[in-house]
Amino acid sequence: MKKFTSLSSIAMPLDRANIDTDAIIPKQFLKSIKRSGFGPNLFDEWRYLDHGEVGMDNSIRPINTDFVLNNPQYSGAQILLTRRNFGCGSSREHAPWALEDFGFRAIIAPSFADIFYNNCFKNGILPIVLSHEIVDNLFKYSGNIVINLEDQTVKTQNQVFNFDVDAERKRRLLNGLDDIGLTLQYENQIRSFETEHFNKFPWL
Amino acid sequence: MAETLYDKLMSAHIVREQDGATLIYIDRQLIHEVTSPQAFEGLTLSGRKLWRNKSNLAVPDHNVPTTERSSGVNSITDPVSRLQVETLDKNCKTFDINEIQMNDIRQGIVHVIGPEQGATLPGMSIVCGDSHTTTHGALGALAFGIGTSEVEHVLATGCLWQNKAKNMKIEVNGDLGDNISAKDLALYVIGKIGTAGGTGFAIEFCGTAIQSMSIEGRMTLCNMSIEAGAKVGIVAVDDKTVDYVKGRPFTPIDENWDLALEYWKTLHSDDDAHFDESIVIDASMIKPQVTWGTSPEMVVDINGSTPDPEKEKDQVKAESIRNALKYIHLKPNTSLSSVAIDKVFIGSCTNSRIEDLRIAASVAKGKKIADNIKLALVVPGSGLVKQQAEAEGLDQIFKDAGFEWREPGCSMCLAMNADKLEPGERCASTSNRNFEGRQGQGSFTHLVSPAIAAASAIAGHFSGVDS
Ligand code: SF4
Repeated sequence: MKKFTSLSSIAMPLDRANIDTDAIIPKQFLKSIKRSGFGPNLFDEWRYLDHGEVGMDNSIRPINTDFVLNNPQYSGAQILLTRRNFGCGSSREHAPWALEDFGFRAIIAPSFADIFYNNCFKNGILPIVLSHEIVDNLFKYSGNIVINLEDQTVKTQNQVFNFDVDAERKRRLLNGLDDIGLTLQYENQIRSFETEHFNKFPWL
Repeated sequence: MAETLYDKLMSAHIVREQDGATLIYIDRQLIHEVTSPQAFEGLTLSGRKLWRNKSNLAVPDHNVPTTERSSGVNSITDPVSRLQVETLDKNCKTFDINEIQMNDIRQGIVHVIGPEQGATLPGMSIVCGDSHTTTHGALGALAFGIGTSEVEHVLATGCLWQNKAKNMKIEVNGDLGDNISAKDLALYVIGKIGTAGGTGFAIEFCGTAIQSMSIEGRMTLCNMSIEAGAKVGIVAVDDKTVDYVKGRPFTPIDENWDLALEYWKTLHSDDDAHFDESIVIDASMIKPQVTWGTSPEMVVDINGSTPDPEKEKDQVKAESIRNALKYIHLKPNTSLSSVAIDKVFIGSCTNSRIEDLRIAASVAKGKKIADNIKLALVVPGSGLVKQQAEAEGLDQIFKDAGFEWREPGCSMCLAMNADKLEPGERCASTSNRNFEGRQGQGSFTHLVSPAIAAASAIAGHFSGVDS
């Protein structure tokens, strides 16, 4: 897993609630059997004016200049600022893969959908929940934002906000630990649980 | 201590707890072609072994064509789609995983075939790289969707790290009216609590309306609990559950059946179990539902109208309403029953089981779809559902009415295969998501029940069954 410790960047404001994973990465790109290369198709239907398909040369497609992602002011932003229930809908991990591939390492919103929230941590992206009011204020702020995972803080020029993250997820993200490797340390414990489980429920 | 059903199911699977995270054992992993290739690749690259092949069951469903496909994988004309299904076949062969292949009569949508095969049983912990895994909670199982990294984690370790969800009880009492189904109830609940209303919660559905609801209806309801943001949707085990699972291919027999029964009887919340939130709904109040916007919570009674953003005080909500109406090409205060449709889709893991098809057929019987309907599709959830429907003559009723009768798969639910809407087309769909572009770029989806889909196909616009 990719590490996340701290980050300093401007935030790209995506002012919409309930952005679903179909919007983050449309289904035609899910046909890929790879984990990478989704960045150019992040928010495909909002970002380009034509219909995107796998294998197109994205650099020559007509872009929607009204969409914030195409605003040069935000190029290179590693933080995405958005509204409530971000990442709802399909469980596709292609959504965080696309966000990460594009260059986002942190997302700030008042709430996230469960599966998406989980998937972020597996891909070195830090999803940060801040209250409606704070998020509203951040939408009005255009300066640099500094995120520190160890301290669990989001800093603007004049303010510091604290955020919650559960201890185990934080530890793994800070150290870039491999989930599967960690779990396999408990292989014996899993085996003995399994034996007992099947004794109790022999039909499984 | 008194426990909820969700707590009981979690407790039965805890391998280890540390720092608030819980490692739980997974009894069953269901696999489809879209969210698994990268997981198998990860396993191979790291040189890890599969933990237990018997826990897994695979089936291709998202990419499969619903037209003639007797030549199996080779019937998929899109090479990228075909490669994905071939990759699943190859991975299942390499790792010795039981796969129901494309031209097997048992093939179908992963959430339809699991319960149908008895691969979903009460009390099991079940995961799948697919958000609608919540469906399986209808049988009193702990079932939820996961991402691809987690699919790989389960393949490699047989376990998954979880954070415990809070408990929510949705009690539905009374009787649903004529032609009102679990789908209407699901949409009604989502309209009430919102698409994030269930976030962080395990929802248990109970009450007299749920007790009298069929298992297939309960599956529709649990299927859409993810649309309310919930981790899982579950229903306690009762006689209906037991009757449903009995005699299926993966269901235990003989003394194992007796042992299982004894355990399954305990799978309900204790009387005084604590729920963090409770909602009570009167089933008799629920009318047929139709979504008007681009989120499942944007829903009204079929006699209702689109909302007026000017009347919404919350600015974020008003903006969502404006965006949705703009996308879906409807004006504020438009009566839904005046809105003409182009296509109708009856299918998906929400509404493609035999009861759904029976209801739709009963509405369509002896009638014809309206002239303005360009295509009305009926796509059974599995080959076995299709076979059953044909034995009952439902296919003929649909065909006589002008519907197309197809092969099983996800079909037009998400437009990854050949079935999709064209830009600007409006569809009455029994699926579960009306997001922008879900059924095809620039297309408009309105979620309804099978009865309303059939009635609307006949009327040519959104319509209740009686009018
Ligand atoms: S039918 Fe639709 S929602 Fe269900 S698994 Fe298939 S694509 Fe997903």
